[in-house]
Amino acid sequence: MIRKIVSASWLGIVLLFMYLPILILAVYSFSDTSTIGTTGSFSLENYITLFTTPELLKMIGGTLLLAFGAACVATLLGTIGAIGAFYSQKGPRRFIVTANQIPVVNADVVTGFSICVLLIVVLGIDKGTFIPLVVGQVILAAPFVYLSVVPKLKQMDHNLYEAALDLGANASQALIKVVIPQIIPGIISGFLLAVTLSLDDYFITTYTKPATFDTISTYVVNATKGAQTEIKTALWALSTVMFVVILLSVLIGNAVSGRKVGEDNGNA
Amino acid sequence: MKGVSPMRFRFTRKQLGIPYAVFLICFVIAPLFVVLYYAFTNGQGRFTVSNLTGFFTSPNTIGTLCYSMAIAITTTVVCLLIAYPVAYILANSNFKKKTILLVLFIVPMWINFTLRIVALKEVLTMIEGNLAYYPFMNTVIGMTYDFLPFMILPLYTTMMKLDGSLLEAARDLGAGRRDAFFKVTLPLSLPGIISGITMVFLPAMTNYVILDMLYNSTYIMGSLIGSYFNAYDWHSGSMISIVLLAIIFMITWLTNGFSEDESNRGAVL
Repeated sequence: MIRKIVSASWLGIVLLFMYLPILILAVYSFSDTSTIGTTGSFSLENYITLFTTPELLKMIGGTLLLAFGAACVATLLGTIGAIGAFYSQKGPRRFIVTANQIPVVNADVVTGFSICVLLIVVLGIDKGTFIPLVVGQVILAAPFVYLSVVPKLKQMDHNLYEAALDLGANASQALIKVVIPQIIPGIISGFLLAVTLSLDDYFITTYTKPATFDTISTYVVNATKGAQTEIKTALWALSTVMFVVILLSVLIGNAVSGRKVGEDNGNA
Repeated sequence: MKGVSPMRFRFTRKQLGIPYAVFLICFVIAPLFVVLYYAFTNGQGRFTVSNLTGFFTSPNTIGTLCYSMAIAITTTVVCLLIAYPVAYILANSNFKKKTILLVLFIVPMWINFTLRIVALKEVLTMIEGNLAYYPFMNTVIGMTYDFLPFMILPLYTTMMKLDGSLLEAARDLGAGRRDAFFKVTLPLSLPGIISGITMVFLPAMTNYVILDMLYNSTYIMGSLIGSYFNAYDWHSGSMISIVLLAIIFMITWLTNGFSEDESNRGAVL
């Protein structure tokens, strides 16, 4: 009994540590005060600022566009890379597995800096073309897509592919109609992971982005140094919106595929 | 089975790997060589080791390296001490909805970390006043707050895979709760511990945004790269990258054999 109480309270304390700041910020995002700890009255001013300031809307839109765009490219590359590597001989496969691991274990600062040196300093590509930015985001995400597709390929029933060929499908039909449907859970989770990685990224973005473009991360870091109180408290609202959206989508996603997630955890 | 299928088909499937391999060569391998080249050349393109000797003789860079190490080690230990019981309790509870509970511990990972640090900063400021008075402690708090999910997740997945019958056997053979834990659970969860350490240690050495946001400090390895980047000093910046890469290589080499795949960031999705 005592063990149970101690266990439950440890979980409670850690959850409190993780959520209290976000929740306090959420409460204050609905007030007109700009200092946490003081009392203010109820106000939706922060949310109005958040959704009507062009600068903020542009920044949020740009972040989402970049995250989803880069995630699409990364998912395509990572998935076909995983399929290709899976059917390759040992040598090439080994190369892809090893090279794929580099951005995963490397520090984002180093990844971002090295891409910046290659693309911008050596090759002289203009940051304003957004090419370094997108390439950087794809490098960040594609290896994780690869890693979430590979386990599904290993679990796949390979006889089905052969059966499809025997029944007259050509290789690309068999791939699209037989292999892809079997690994689609891995592709989807890879895509979602790619989106969240890109949304969370600061370091690679900051080394590759055009000077006039900001994602949420780079914008927030600059804004905390600025003295604009209105923007500062609007970011509290943004934090709250993001928290609610993510929490809801995760809980709904979990409820929908409740059993499957449990199984996946065992072999992830 | 492989011998049966016609050559043409296998050839096509293999080709799918080519674009990704090319991509990896161009944007993962090549940048590293470029950084290596820049680290050992000067502005005129001549070979030099002055960047290297400069790094190891400058009190600023060496001091930053040591301080970053101290921060990273402390953060990793604190994360481990907090996360291990959490993962253990979660993995061993009979609570039916424990995936929901696990998700609650992981969700913060998906909220933009700069926004979370904003929240933490406001709360810490309310409690402590000026955050610059306790720089070390606040950095560790900030990093623990940010990286804790990355420690919980690999520990949890390892403990879920742990064979319960081994524990029962230990108990049947007369081991007490404590013995069973230290002689069975702990050694078997070692891969998760190693994996968690690699997920936390390196970001803790390099994430300079957390300190910068909390109390405007730049005293950490990553920010050296940042400041050289701002000064367009690619050669010195590359040398810092090489030093960090060497550290990464050492960690990977030391933990090789223990570590599982690194896909833990996405395991619950």
